[in-house]
Amino acid sequence: MNLTLAVGDHTPLLVIVAYLALLIVLGVASARLFRGTAADYFLVSRSVGSFLMLMSIFGTTMTGFALVGSTGKAYSTGIGVYGLMASWSGLIHSACFFLIGIRLWAVGKRHGYLTQCEYFRERFDSPALGYILFPILVALVIPYLLVGVIGAGKAIQPITSGTFPDLFPVLKPDGTPNPALHGGVPPWLGMGVICFIVLFYVFFGGLRGAVWANTLQTLVFMITGVVAFYMIASKLGGLTVASEAVAAHEKAATRLGREGLIGRAQFFTYCFIPLSVGMFPHLFQHWLTAKSAKAFRLTVVAHPVCIAIVWLPCIMIGVWAAAALNPPAADANTVLGRMVSTFVHQPWLSGLLGAGILAAIMSSLDSQFMCIGTMFTRDVVLRITGPDRFTDGQKIWIGRGFILGIVIVSYLLALVLQKGTHVFDLGVWCFSGFASLFPLVFAAVYWRRATKAGAIACVLVTAVVWTIMFTLDMIAKADRPPGQDDETLVFGAVMPVTIIFAASTAALIVVSLLTPPPRREAIDRFFDPLETA
Amino acid sequence: MSRPRRSNAWRLVWIAAALLFTLHHDFWFWDDRSLVFGFLPVGLAYHAAYSIAAALLWLAAVKFAWPSHIEQWADAGAPPPEAKRGGRS
Repeated sequence: MNLTLAVGDHTPLLVIVAYLALLIVLGVASARLFRGTAADYFLVSRSVGSFLMLMSIFGTTMTGFALVGSTGKAYSTGIGVYGLMASWSGLIHSACFFLIGIRLWAVGKRHGYLTQCEYFRERFDSPALGYILFPILVALVIPYLLVGVIGAGKAIQPITSGTFPDLFPVLKPDGTPNPALHGGVPPWLGMGVICFIVLFYVFFGGLRGAVWANTLQTLVFMITGVVAFYMIASKLGGLTVASEAVAAHEKAATRLGREGLIGRAQFFTYCFIPLSVGMFPHLFQHWLTAKSAKAFRLTVVAHPVCIAIVWLPCIMIGVWAAAALNPPAADANTVLGRMVSTFVHQPWLSGLLGAGILAAIMSSLDSQFMCIGTMFTRDVVLRITGPDRFTDGQKIWIGRGFILGIVIVSYLLALVLQKGTHVFDLGVWCFSGFASLFPLVFAAVYWRRATKAGAIACVLVTAVVWTIMFTLDMIAKADRPPGQDDETLVFGAVMPVTIIFAASTAALIVVSLLTPPPRREAIDRFFDPLETA
Repeated sequence: MSRPRRSNAWRLVWIAAALLFTLHHDFWFWDDRSLVFGFLPVGLAYHAAYSIAAALLWLAAVKFAWPSHIEQWADAGAPPPEAKRGGRS
């Protein structure tokens, strides 16, 4: 981001503060409806209807990348980014909601599950599977969560630059102010504020607070993208003029196609990445909040359209920027901010953009905090102490304690890693890990012949192959500056998730077929006889 | 209980899903830089339409392939609301 503002202009900060205050109010309001039970705190008493379901699930699956990253990637890689990420997700996310989400909601309601480990442990009749899966899920969620915390801190500083020049000076090596960051709220403070706001409404409102906040945040970041698109297009002389300028530009014109910018195998194998939603533990928890299976219908149908509403304007802004920005952006993540500051000159829009970016980030963060707190409470504490050791009220406070602890640990880790070189690339690797575990959930829902040994093999092979490929990638990019690592995410022309996914699927199938089938009476209760008889 | 009979519409939905999956790889627009409506790159217009087609596909799935029995199955064995459920399985 590079929203260079006049020194002392507080408008963007005021817009962001007003937005954050609104979230606090929402947290207080949601807490007033709290029924005081664990089921209400962790699952909103399974009472979420269609619209809240759509907004909370869509908000959870979209991160800050949906606004900032999509514009930056379109700036450097062109329109193919939409096909790579948005249209694949539109098809495959909804397929996961339809084929997996509804079934898990049903089995979760029937047997009273709250976490993935509870489900998989009982589905495969294997406590060992739960013990193996728990640390892997947590290990994959935490870096994903850190990407959000660090991204929020780094987004606030340039948006508020010029606000506090005496309090938070940022100088170049020659001693002159760095106009992009000088006087902006520093990342340590921005990250702290964001963690506190999310903690507030999750701590008091539980998952209801997260669902309500997600609904507001999703609306905010959807509107932000459209408003920015409209205003930038107007300032560039209209839609046609802006796009024709790209077509006439010697270098930028390539962004209108894909040749030389995206590999064809990479374009195809990106289809595996959206499968990650099938194994996100925070999404699993959101699915269980549905009032009925019918609450999924709007989400299944509208999700691809919502993705288009957010991504299309950002992709077009990124493509236009390739011809309009002079000098070119050194860091692709600054493109959206530069387009706003260069062509719109509206501090309130800068503030709205900041609020929109934070909204996209926080709408994922809250669910992640909530789900890790739930997992520690259910899969660790209650596993050790027994289900009846604590009252409902005590379970809620245990969950709150874990959420508080996780927020503090995440904040401290973010402070340490914020200047690290490759934190943001961890996001793609987290998605790859979850996507590679997709065969496990698919088999759990549809394949009665899958065995506990097959399930454990699937998880272990995913962990081993993921670790090997991740290590190779880290070694390969060790000397490269951050933000210029994408090429190393391709192994032999395909995304690494392809290889990990193939290995985990093979392990699940081969080991299941080599081991005795599960007892029919042990698995019958997980399958609707009308579907599988 | 017997397995519910799959309707032709149900089969058509899944054939359409497979077709849509295949159509994602639009090699015919791979390096076509022409603009639709004067401003939208044709490759992007194609994938925007693809998103709409995906929504229509899932609308058809919800209408013709919806697992209507699953709600009944979920409710049949569900523990009472607010039931306590603990760690050990």
